[in-house]
Amino acid sequence: MAGAGTPPSDFKAALGEAAAAGGIALLLTLPLVGMRTLETSGGLVIHPHFADVALTVLLVFLGRLGLVLIEAGRGGAVLAAAAAMVAAGWLLPFPTEALRGIALAGGLVVALRAGLALRSRHSTLTQAERDRRMDRVGARLQDASRLIGPVAVLFALVLPFMPFANRGVIDLGCLLLTYIMLGWGLNIVVGLAGLLDLGYVAFYAVGAYAYALMATTFGLGFWVCLPLAGIFASLYGLMLGFPVLRLRGDYFAIVTLAFAEIVRIVLLNWTAVTNGPVGIAAIPRPSFFGIADFTNSPAEGHLAFHQLFGLTFAPVHRIIFLYYVILALALVVNFFTLRIRRLPLGRAWEALREDDIACTALGINRTNIKLAAFAIAGMFGGFAGAFFATRQGFISPESFTFIESAIILAVVVLGGMGSQVGVVIAALLVVGLPEAFRDLAQYRMLAFGVGMVLIMLWRPRGLLAHRDPTILLHLRKSARQQQAESEARG
Amino acid sequence: MSEGNAASPLLTVEHLTQRFGGLVAVSDVSFSARDREITAIIGPNGAGKTTLFNCLTGFYTPTVGRLTASHSGRTWLLERMEAHEIARQARVARTFQNVRLFGGMSVLENLIVAQHNKLMAASCFTLAGLFGLPSYRKAEAAAVERARYWLERVGLVDVADWQAGNLPYGAQRRLEIARAMCTEPRLLCLDEPAAGLNPRESADLSELLLFIRDHHAIGVLLIEHDMSVVMQISDHVVVLDYGRKISEGPSAQVRNDPAVIRAYLGEEEGA
Ligand SMILES: Nc1ncnc2c1ncn2[C@@H]1O[C@H](COP(=O)(O)OP(=O)(O)OP(=O)(O)O)[C@@H](O)[C@H]1O
Ligand SMILES: [Mg+2]
Repeated sequence: MAGAGTPPSDFKAALGEAAAAGGIALLLTLPLVGMRTLETSGGLVIHPHFADVALTVLLVFLGRLGLVLIEAGRGGAVLAAAAAMVAAGWLLPFPTEALRGIALAGGLVVALRAGLALRSRHSTLTQAERDRRMDRVGARLQDASRLIGPVAVLFALVLPFMPFANRGVIDLGCLLLTYIMLGWGLNIVVGLAGLLDLGYVAFYAVGAYAYALMATTFGLGFWVCLPLAGIFASLYGLMLGFPVLRLRGDYFAIVTLAFAEIVRIVLLNWTAVTNGPVGIAAIPRPSFFGIADFTNSPAEGHLAFHQLFGLTFAPVHRIIFLYYVILALALVVNFFTLRIRRLPLGRAWEALREDDIACTALGINRTNIKLAAFAIAGMFGGFAGAFFATRQGFISPESFTFIESAIILAVVVLGGMGSQVGVVIAALLVVGLPEAFRDLAQYRMLAFGVGMVLIMLWRPRGLLAHRDPTILLHLRKSARQQQAESEARG
Repeated sequence: MSEGNAASPLLTVEHLTQRFGGLVAVSDVSFSARDREITAIIGPNGAGKTTLFNCLTGFYTPTVGRLTASHSGRTWLLERMEAHEIARQARVARTFQNVRLFGGMSVLENLIVAQHNKLMAASCFTLAGLFGLPSYRKAEAAAVERARYWLERVGLVDVADWQAGNLPYGAQRRLEIARAMCTEPRLLCLDEPAAGLNPRESADLSELLLFIRDHHAIGVLLIEHDMSVVMQISDHVVVLDYGRKISEGPSAQVRNDPAVIRAYLGEEEGA
């Protein structure tokens, strides 16, 4: 099909390579996919799944063939074939849904690669030039974000009073803002200090449990517990920091992951305190700054929110209030980050990310700087956790699995490490889209995966990976211009 | 700046030995470097020069030996200190053989980061900075002025707002020296600053180093392969070969030392 017009020897070589890839896939999938153990009354038996194996091998074969042919300059034909496959996946009946998914995803990825190859062949730009052009787009977006930022904040402020803002929209807004806040918090560690923390969810868990336990056992209110939850998470960060910060790179990442798992397992098994897998229910909702409660029938001696403001009672009041709480918390993190980047501590974090040995040679105490990053990012994670607990009213260790860390990290990395606006856009994509397309059920995770692949192909350094200097000697305009000129020359 | 007599040793290295498993990279080396002098350390590839620097600046803990820095009426035992303490307290600054800049940050930011400890104190560990108190703003302005001074010295004022990683190689080397000088060191250790420079850039570098020695009254420790630079500006030369010190003295004397000639030209020559 795709090989029409290719010299036969070329096509044969491509077929051979694809066959080799298929063979490797066969070797790998036969034990991994092809044989599944099944528990029967007679004990464990091995249940063969040869159809799945055949499918996988076929997919690998076709995919490899497509890629090789793209490289051989047959991008157009491959694009057509792959598009046909996607269309078939969409329209034709398939024996299983998994098969349809595979046809869709595989076809999409190959079509994408073919499209990219075609585009790069038509344009005379090199990869570096294209990167630089994207960087300039990023710079312009960054400039624009000086405007977009306030507009977005304004929009977020009035959102609950928009005509389309029903309860679902505000709830989604809360969820998004939680992830944006977590993204901004993790951004301090990953984006600024360059420490790949795979266990950020542990801070979130510590904050959530700190609030839930203090509120349910000591009857403390949300506004008292919020700073305490932050302090607890921050202390956890310091505790974690001492053993972990000596490690570097991959080792560091893996140990943070392990510590997050330890936290989850402790929460799961320390039944006496955390109630184990059952979790903690009936976590008190926040009051209106301790003045009034969000309830129709306030307790003796307490005010109700709607009475205070002379409104009629509506359950949505509390949700709107929660929305503003998380908006304020997220904005605090944002302003803190914007400010700290211009201070010695923030600059030292970025320097640490660039070259930690040079930092040491300049007299910077790496351990202290890293601990500060951990403690501060941990505190913000703890705030978010306390908010999560009070919004849900129920928490269990189930909410703090590795996938949460992965999603927060994806938000930071996709957004472009260190970029505040990038985090917002990535949170909208990563959390908002799957949430909005809940109807698509199992496809949404697939779409999530395809989206990640897309962004990584298109912008391997993240959506907005442009960085502006935090201090200038000359005027901004001239600095940009000079840099652009030098790039044009060199 | 510096009180005390100019001839007192700023740095004393005694019986320094550094082993890596079976390999002895530096073996029983002793010498001293004086204030307001340029002390060159030369030797063939693999002689142990960079290893000596790494011991001095705390990146390696020497197997044996004592390293003392003394100035401003105080003495520091460098082999017992951590790398960042050596830079901060004993005021020893260094550059690296393969340039280590903060490539993603701007030229000016590189120089501001070098003044981290001062600014950190001025910002009351970020609290004063967070609220933008005037005391911090004044400290930052002073830091920018110091940066501007060194940018002028190394001829990088025009590119101050560029990303450091985008500078040409020669400019990166000069920026690294400027960054080290922004820490206000008393001893400046330069690891092959002229590597990869063209003759004109090398001449400028020599001039810069003489300026630093004379106008900032500090000691300079210089590893260099470019003999034109070494012979022209060094007050004192130490020659290493296979980790041992084989010669030491004023440049004119070292240049004619048969042991040095043998080390550089190979065994056959001496035999
Ligand atoms: N961390 C280390 N581990 C093991 N061996 C090392 C280490 N650092 C240096 N060496 C070895 O020590 C010896 C001296 O190396 P060093 O880098 O000090 O040489 P140098 O004089 O700086 O050479 P060059 O002029 O090439 O820079 C070399 O044989 C090197 O392989
Ligand atoms: Mg060396």
